Amino acid sequence: MKADTDTTAQRPNQRPELAAIDDETMRGVLRKMHLIRKFEEAAEASYMRGLIHGTMHLSIGQEASAVGSTLPLKAEDYILSTHRGHGHCIAKGADPARMFAEFFGKENGYCKGRGGSMHIADVEGGNLGANGIVGGGLPIAVGVGMSIKAQKLDRVAVVFFGDGASNEGAFHEALNMASIWKLPILFVCENNKYGMSMDVSRAMAVPNVADRAVAYAMPGIIVDGNDLPAVAAVAREAAERARSGGGPTLIECKTYRLRGHSKSDRNLYRTKEEIEEWRNRCPIRRLEAELVAHGRFTPEELMTIEEAAQAEIDAALEFAKASPDPDPKDLTRDVYAD
Amino acid sequence: MSTLTEAAVESAVRELTYAEAIREALAIAMEADERVFLFGEDVGVYGGAFGVSGDLVHRFGPDRVIDTPISELGIAGAAVGAAITGMRPVLEIQFSDFVTLAMEQIVNQAAKIRFMFGGKAKVPMVVRLPGGSGTGAAAQHSQSLEAWFAHVPGLKVIQPSTPHDAKGMLLAAIDDPNPVLIFEHKLLYKTKGHVPEGDYRVPIGKAAVRREGRDLTIVGSSIMAVRAVAAAEKLAQEGIDAEVIDLRSLRPIDFDTIAASVRKTHRLLVVYEGVKTMGIGAEISAMIAESDVFDFLDAPIIRLGGAEVPLPYNPVLEKAAVPQEENILEAARRLARGEA
Repeated sequence: MKADTDTTAQRPNQRPELAAIDDETMRGVLRKMHLIRKFEEAAEASYMRGLIHGTMHLSIGQEASAVGSTLPLKAEDYILSTHRGHGHCIAKGADPARMFAEFFGKENGYCKGRGGSMHIADVEGGNLGANGIVGGGLPIAVGVGMSIKAQKLDRVAVVFFGDGASNEGAFHEALNMASIWKLPILFVCENNKYGMSMDVSRAMAVPNVADRAVAYAMPGIIVDGNDLPAVAAVAREAAERARSGGGPTLIECKTYRLRGHSKSDRNLYRTKEEIEEWRNRCPIRRLEAELVAHGRFTPEELMTIEEAAQAEIDAALEFAKASPDPDPKDLTRDVYAD
Repeated sequence: MSTLTEAAVESAVRELTYAEAIREALAIAMEADERVFLFGEDVGVYGGAFGVSGDLVHRFGPDRVIDTPISELGIAGAAVGAAITGMRPVLEIQFSDFVTLAMEQIVNQAAKIRFMFGGKAKVPMVVRLPGGSGTGAAAQHSQSLEAWFAHVPGLKVIQPSTPHDAKGMLLAAIDDPNPVLIFEHKLLYKTKGHVPEGDYRVPIGKAAVRREGRDLTIVGSSIMAVRAVAAAEKLAQEGIDAEVIDLRSLRPIDFDTIAASVRKTHRLLVVYEGVKTMGIGAEISAMIAESDVFDFLDAPIIRLGGAEVPLPYNPVLEKAAVPQEENILEAARRLARGEA
């Protein structure tokens, strides 16, 4: 942030969470949120048109938790993601073209077409991978935290997981260890209300995932996951605590996935009215409306950002389509390191 | 004169127990490389459930010899996370049976991360797993589950039988850029053998011929290799000249050494403590059957594996459930006579 020319104090009428984000940063935030939305829409369309096989888990509606939670991160910080992880990758700075190439199973995808949608990783970019196992990233994050501490690095790790993962033993083991060893980890739960079809209220004995933090003596913070400035503010505080040796934080972003669990979901467990209600809480439109109301951006400026994101995604898709398939002769490459 | 020379040689040949040899390997690795650390349940001041870590916490401190909560899944995942971000974790799973609680992280994560990420990550972690029967610990503390892991591409699985190999193979495992599981038989911890000073490596994936012979081949690893050697000495007195191959590594498996031996002896007995069906014996037999070595066989292969039963508590039953030296003797005699 440009402290000299662009300060929170210049935005006195705005709520502090919004005022804390300067215009240049906000442009980047909007770009990433649009990139995520449009990546997911293009992924869905590619599937409908038969351009890709397999399955996918779309994060449409959850853009604020992905971008907000990673906003305080530096390039060298780590994230660990989930099966619904496209947004987290983009938020951490992944190139949508190489992501699409991976999605299409191409040799120049992030994982050379070996991982696909559920395993996109960019280790050099600090993205230690999406994960096909619910809760799979949580214990791995503990090791990353141990590594940061042992190597005395000024880094933090953000591990994303869903409400469903908080019912896995892995969640409880990981939070406990992170807390006893005061590891620099942000446990970011994207509570989108359903573990596949099961409503969180039927799956969990406590009303909030954040309530579970008390068992591990760490702060458990509930935030509106569709409110980007609010998520970013909570993540910033947690990251600062982590960097200063204060240990981990559990952040629960209350959000909603507007699409089904995966491509085969018929939405038998929820109502059209509920989906419509959450569509009206779209994290992107909400943020844009607030920015226009405060006169920070004009609708035209916002349209320009959105169109640029669309163009970037269109080009990414073309890159993926034109990319080479892996050669079957390389089938068993990279099972072992030499 | 000759007595004096022998005494001098004997004193120069340093002997350690299997457990001491492992501890020495850990100490050498931690001295040499600050990325190496040991963690697990009760590995600190307690010294490990089988005394393997011993005094290491006093030598390297609690930040490098780390007691963990009883969270096998969590600590296996922690090993993965530390390994992919530049550390060299050595994890002790207190009893190998408890690895069932950590399967997810070892099989879905550690084994697959490198491949799933297109070769852009390495997972240099070691998991030490005390296993096997013979201690009266019953069905949940005595299993031999190594074959499960030998089925998983991305993992390496080793089973040293001697203090010498335990040290050299653990050092090789810590150096390896892949996840390596080392199954340590609990009954071997107190066995003694020559262990050279300093740093040396015993390569992973290379079997050892423990005894040369012409009449039949016995293949085994870990304590079964020890029992096979003892059996072979007795067979020699009966005029049966058995070759004993200590497999040492299950994945990768050194089929060439087995094949060369069977080409010579024409008879094969595979001995393993894990349950007989769908195990190591089936794999080795199938490898022989699929290869040109099959034509060299003069008798059906014999598999001598664990009984189809959870391990019993009663010591007589426990012994009856896994191959003992007398079972190897009996099977080898049958094989030598050409009986199936």
